[in-house]
Amino acid sequence: MATSIMQNRMFSSDSRAKPELAPVSAETLVKWLLIFLSAAFLVVMLILPLILVGAEALSKGWEAYVAALAEPFAQKALLLTVEATVIAVLLNTVFGVASAWLLTKFDFRGKAVLGSLIDLPFAISPVVAGLFFIMLFGRMSPFYPTLQAYHAAVVFAVPGIILATVFVTFPFITRELVPVMEAQGRSEEEAAATMGAGGWTIFRYVTLPNIKWGLIYGIILCTARAMGEFGAVSVVSGHIRGKTNTLPLHIEILYNEYNFTAAFAVASILVFIAILILVLRNMVEWRTQNRRIQRQRPH
Amino acid sequence: MSVGGRKIDASGASARTRTSMSVGGQKEVASMAYEVELKNINKHYGDFKASDQVNFGVERGRLIGLLGPSGSGKTTILRMIAGLETPDSGDILIAGERVNELAPGKRGIGFVFQNYALFRHMTVRENIGFGLKVQKESKSRIRERVDELTRLIGLDKFADRYPMQLSGGQRQRVAFARALAPSPRLLLLDEPFAAIDAKVRKELRGWLRETIHKLGITSIFVTHDQDEAVEVADDIIITNRGRVEQAGTPLEIYRKPHTPFVADFIGESVHVPDYTVFKGFSARGGSEHPGIIRPEFIEIGLDDREIAMPLAAEHGIVRAAYFRGSNVGIDVEVKGQILKAARSLEKVPLQEGDEALVLIHRILSFEGGQAKTIANQSKRKESVVI
Ligand SMILES: Nc1ncnc2c1ncn2[C@@H]1O[C@H](COP(=O)(O)OP(=O)(O)OP(=O)(O)O)[C@@H](O)[C@H]1O
Ligand SMILES: [Mg+2]
Repeated sequence: MATSIMQNRMFSSDSRAKPELAPVSAETLVKWLLIFLSAAFLVVMLILPLILVGAEALSKGWEAYVAALAEPFAQKALLLTVEATVIAVLLNTVFGVASAWLLTKFDFRGKAVLGSLIDLPFAISPVVAGLFFIMLFGRMSPFYPTLQAYHAAVVFAVPGIILATVFVTFPFITRELVPVMEAQGRSEEEAAATMGAGGWTIFRYVTLPNIKWGLIYGIILCTARAMGEFGAVSVVSGHIRGKTNTLPLHIEILYNEYNFTAAFAVASILVFIAILILVLRNMVEWRTQNRRIQRQRPH
Repeated sequence: MSVGGRKIDASGASARTRTSMSVGGQKEVASMAYEVELKNINKHYGDFKASDQVNFGVERGRLIGLLGPSGSGKTTILRMIAGLETPDSGDILIAGERVNELAPGKRGIGFVFQNYALFRHMTVRENIGFGLKVQKESKSRIRERVDELTRLIGLDKFADRYPMQLSGGQRQRVAFARALAPSPRLLLLDEPFAAIDAKVRKELRGWLRETIHKLGITSIFVTHDQDEAVEVADDIIITNRGRVEQAGTPLEIYRKPHTPFVADFIGESVHVPDYTVFKGFSARGGSEHPGIIRPEFIEIGLDDREIAMPLAAEHGIVRAAYFRGSNVGIDVEVKGQILKAARSLEKVPLQEGDEALVLIHRILSFEGGQAKTIANQSKRKESVVI
């Protein structure tokens, strides 16, 4: 609190002093130019498309819109997307926390390698990731006969879609947590250890409360990415309507069939979820910042 | 306390007999029962040797200061005792038992970290109670103990605050109370005052010393501030480049440094490559005569009247004079060497360029690697004449 007030005061006295020094400076001109440019960019790249999605979706009226959404294939696609997202986020939360904990609180051989491996899904194209799963579980795979024997289809089936989603969203939570945990150091955990706390107790009572907001933020990002994943899922899906189509795939199919209204109607669901996630994200950010300010010691 | 290992073996024996008396007149055998003992400890970080044949023992109830320059391995020693770091070789004994393989929480130690490491999302009360909660103490017992400790550290009014809402000194005390809560047999403190401003630090030092003595808990604290070590510790262990250079009471270490490093590190020491150039310290065999002169070995005066024995004094020129709060520090050049002296604020101030009389009472010499105090001989002669 105290520091923010101080900063405010410094800031305001600063801005009061400025006009005296330079009544109309090139600086303000540049400032306005930059503001205009970024605003224009935002309008063209984000706001306009959003409006167009909405407009196109509703171009044939509410009834057509609702019908497009109520259509069984669309419903199935939504369900599959939600299913894949929930499973991916759950798995990646566990993986993410575990790997971030490993990377920041322990020293071991191959730590740097593990760190880069976790980043791999960021580095390679989702399409390549999808092909990778085809190689691993498809007809060319050495596992294929075994899978066949147990009637377990991975590729061109739901498990493949889930796997691809997990793979592509794997780094989000780890990458969100590592800097947070690194900044916090290990000494709180060590202090707890000297008092006789075991691994789980330390995690539950010391580490987890400290990383809570970072974790929530990571989960939100991971969810957003999982819902929108197209490339990898597209490769492993096989595009079987009502079976292996996720929302993004369904939209593509509708679009390719020149069924623009339906395509945009379904797309509006994704847009709506994206906006929801954005709002959530901002709330979490606002919340963490607020806490940081609150925790500043009143002097 | 004792110190083994190279060079310091002899002193180990003498230190042992001394502290055995402090335990209450018990004989040698009883004094061997150290609360903590390190035997031939070595520790590497990669290629870097952070601990090199570290040996020492601490008797029950003593307050030990681990003193040494930055990077000399103090924290490493403390962390190995706590079990947060594993030595490459050697034994760590607590209350006579080898604890090398014991988990930190089972060693009966309390650790106060350099940056306190308070649990940031827990209140003062929860912080202090954590160790007891982990050990499944009853709620009422925890409450009782926490109340007792918050009173001890004078923060009973702040028990429900978060660490962020406390001052540095208050946090330090919470860390101290938290380490004490499970009643450890050994308290380890890593630079407990490092992050606190000078004035509060002075108060806390006295408070810590008194509190630890009142509780009678064996304690080791790390510092790189010699004033702090001298003021707080019963015994000091001096570390340098991973080795223990010397151990003993502050006075012993000050009077009889065993190595040039210790002599240099303790006190405000000025090296002179050949002390025989000074009046009253003529040659006595040998070719090299390196020595150390501290400000308190020197008397500096403006003229005859200010110096007790002017005939034994050297002539010098003041090169710098700086106010130091309680006295004036003076750099004076004598026979081409800058010596450091201190002068009372009550006396006529000396200024740069002034001529002054400098009487060197004593010099600490290092012939044959052994520290020896040499007194000014012409001073003695003069006193005989008078
Ligand atoms: N985890 C580590 N990995 C590598 N080197 C380390 C590690 N911890 C300490 N060191 C090195 O070991 C040496 C001793 O470190 P230590 O922390 O014990 O010094 P210290 O005496 O406590 O110093 P200070 O007074 O600065 O705290 C230092 O040179 C340091 O760089
Ligand atoms: Mg240290």
